[in-house]
Amino acid sequence: MSSIGTGYDLSASQFSPDGRVFQVEYAVKAVENSGTIVGIRGKDGVVFGVEKLVLSKLYEYGANKRIIHIDNHIGMAVAGLIADARQIVSVARDEAANYRSTYGSPIPLKYLVDRVSGYIHAHTLYSAVRPFGCSVLLSSQGPDGPELHMIDPSGVSWGYHGCAIGKAKQAAKTEIEKLKMKDMTCEELVKEVAKIIYIVHDEVKDKNFELELSWIGEVTNGKHQCVPKEIAEAAEKYAKESLVEESSSEDED
Amino acid sequence: MFRNQYDNDVTVWSPQGRIHQIEYAMEAVKQRAASELSCASEKRSWPIDNHVAVSIAGLTADARLLSKFMRSECLDSKYAYDRRLPISRLVSAVGDKMQIPTQRYGRRPYGVGLLVAGYDDMGPHIYQTCPSANYFDCKAMAIGARSQSARTYLERHLEEFSDCEPEELIKHGLRALRETLPNEQELTTKNCSIGVVGKDQDLAIYSDEAVTPYLAGIDQTKRRRGEEPAADVAMEAESAAAAEGDAGEQTAWRRINGS
Amino acid sequence: MAAMNVPGFQDQLWGNGPSPGAVYNFPGIQMVLKLLSKFHQQRELCKYPTTTGTSVLGIKFDGGVLMAADTLGSYGSLARFREVSRLTAVGNNTVVGGSGDYADFQYLKSVLEQKVIDDACLNDGHGYTPKSIYSWLTRVMYYRRTRFDPLWNQVVVGGVHNGESFLGCVDKIGIAFEAPTISTGFGAYLAQPILRDALEKNPSMPLDQARQVITRCLQVLFYRDARSLNKSKKHLHGVSRVISRVMKNVLVKWNRQVTQQTLETEDSVPAGQQC
Repeated sequence: MSSIGTGYDLSASQFSPDGRVFQVEYAVKAVENSGTIVGIRGKDGVVFGVEKLVLSKLYEYGANKRIIHIDNHIGMAVAGLIADARQIVSVARDEAANYRSTYGSPIPLKYLVDRVSGYIHAHTLYSAVRPFGCSVLLSSQGPDGPELHMIDPSGVSWGYHGCAIGKAKQAAKTEIEKLKMKDMTCEELVKEVAKIIYIVHDEVKDKNFELELSWIGEVTNGKHQCVPKEIAEAAEKYAKESLVEESSSEDED
Repeated sequence: MFRNQYDNDVTVWSPQGRIHQIEYAMEAVKQRAASELSCASEKRSWPIDNHVAVSIAGLTADARLLSKFMRSECLDSKYAYDRRLPISRLVSAVGDKMQIPTQRYGRRPYGVGLLVAGYDDMGPHIYQTCPSANYFDCKAMAIGARSQSARTYLERHLEEFSDCEPEELIKHGLRALRETLPNEQELTTKNCSIGVVGKDQDLAIYSDEAVTPYLAGIDQTKRRRGEEPAADVAMEAESAAAAEGDAGEQTAWRRINGS
Repeated sequence: MAAMNVPGFQDQLWGNGPSPGAVYNFPGIQMVLKLLSKFHQQRELCKYPTTTGTSVLGIKFDGGVLMAADTLGSYGSLARFREVSRLTAVGNNTVVGGSGDYADFQYLKSVLEQKVIDDACLNDGHGYTPKSIYSWLTRVMYYRRTRFDPLWNQVVVGGVHNGESFLGCVDKIGIAFEAPTISTGFGAYLAQPILRDALEKNPSMPLDQARQVITRCLQVLFYRDARSLNKSKKHLHGVSRVISRVMKNVLVKWNRQVTQQTLETEDSVPAGQQC
């Protein structure tokens, strides 16, 4: 990034001589400092997993959730500045409510993603506001099956089969690519998602973390829900056990 | 000494993905000692509603503005829904409000940290809010200048709080607060106040002479050696309490269900 | 800077304060002017309802609340719609029933539905109680009346929260009260005495008896109220959830040999599904 510090990187409304908008790229950095989030779309639903870093023992368990309900049938997982993300959450909820009030039916995810990414993108156009320091994953179960989308701070959005954002997104993506997610059910995916989060978690740098899991699909009747306690605990147990196995087999090698 | 070209406005990201203006605002909470701004007996905690109170560290004027907002949110809830506003929703409204000036040109973040203590249908709560518009649901927390030593105390005694009598809880709070004072200073009726709220117990804030009996209950000569009380009676009352001191330190702590 | 163009950016420093470069506006003046100009505008106000529903009945029994309403939407004296639901579950502990303008009731229903969704999204363990829904409705109804634009309904709210039954009612001009028996519309004259009498005789009546007396009321109403129908819905508030039952035709014999009962058919439906 040769243009850093040349003065072309101070405003979202200014290009650098080589045609980049540095403020957006810097905002992406904020996302990359945050705990990893994994979303995988299987054959009957979408599963989210979050590595939520816990900075103090004094915090309550389950505080500052990074998986949030947008509507009955839409879930969101956020990485980056959580305060920024809450603004996006409230905009998304408003959009969903408006759609329901106008058309009398649940908002299609594609439409919601369009609106929300437009909102995020608008924050990359002016010097008077800064780009959002967060990326969001959105999941839903619509009439055409499960959907998974990701929006980044530049406001660009794509649909995914599997997606990871945050600190260890590269490592997590590698793990996701090993899965045949198109043939997998939510029950299977929950375990894999938990495992991936445990694999990519860096014990040296970040000591404490909570695993947050949510799913939506046939298993939840099309509603976005936190994964029930017993299933989440079983998934976490599976994740820990397979970690131990892997490290012991590495030792043998 | 901090100066760099990315720290002038909240609308500017640094190449590391940080916003320096927000971080500086966080310093207002950490560093601002009352001696700079106010006399020792300035009030630093006050009621919001019958079931919520705040203690503040940072810019008092900002805190007043936010308190006014919080009071009106609580009133709205009473007017529209005939119920006390849940603490989590109150704090989340404050968080959303505080985020706006962290993203707009020409604004500055609120330079105040709040400890919000309250009781609602879900039990007792302590929340901490920051100028970054983050907020945290806490078991116990201390904010403000030299608050680290109080947090250390709270962490060390975390396990005990959940089955403590309110009186014991207040003692823990005062001891934690005591840890934050400079060596030659002690807790007095002039430099601390105590807030208590709980199940079937409306908020009460004790200050000046009213804290005397509580101060008498702790041995101020002993530091980092809180006597461990045995909590023998299970109580119905659940409470959260907050105390504050003269130098901008705030502590609050809570207990969960009495077994 | 470009600040002025940002949506939501206020060029006033604070409400009713000086705008940059402008003369100070004394607080309140603008508001008064705005209100005056609004009232002076000629405006056709809603003066009557169109498609209407008749009575809604509610009674507290031991451990819950029973509510009932028939399913007729009358267009004037025409029995226009025979299968409209005038009771709706709000969350899993409250039922709202409406007589009066059916479109207004549907509007209220959709707003309440959205509120329940918003509430569920917060996922914080807090939720609406019958009392809070009732309180909100009283505010809305009274507010609309002060705008001279009332929602043309009498709304009954019933439910159970923490083992406590609640039954309340608010009308189009914002009159609101709680009572152990409530009947709206024609029922206020025909059913209310029957309900009161039954409750007086047996202050903590069991569900069965409540069902009987409500059925009796529905029958009386069908005989005497020309805007009623012999088909109704009942909502029963159990301790923890709302069960809704569709009552098939209330048996009627015009020769006064009324056979009671056989009323409930029994599809009990999870909260929120029915209606």
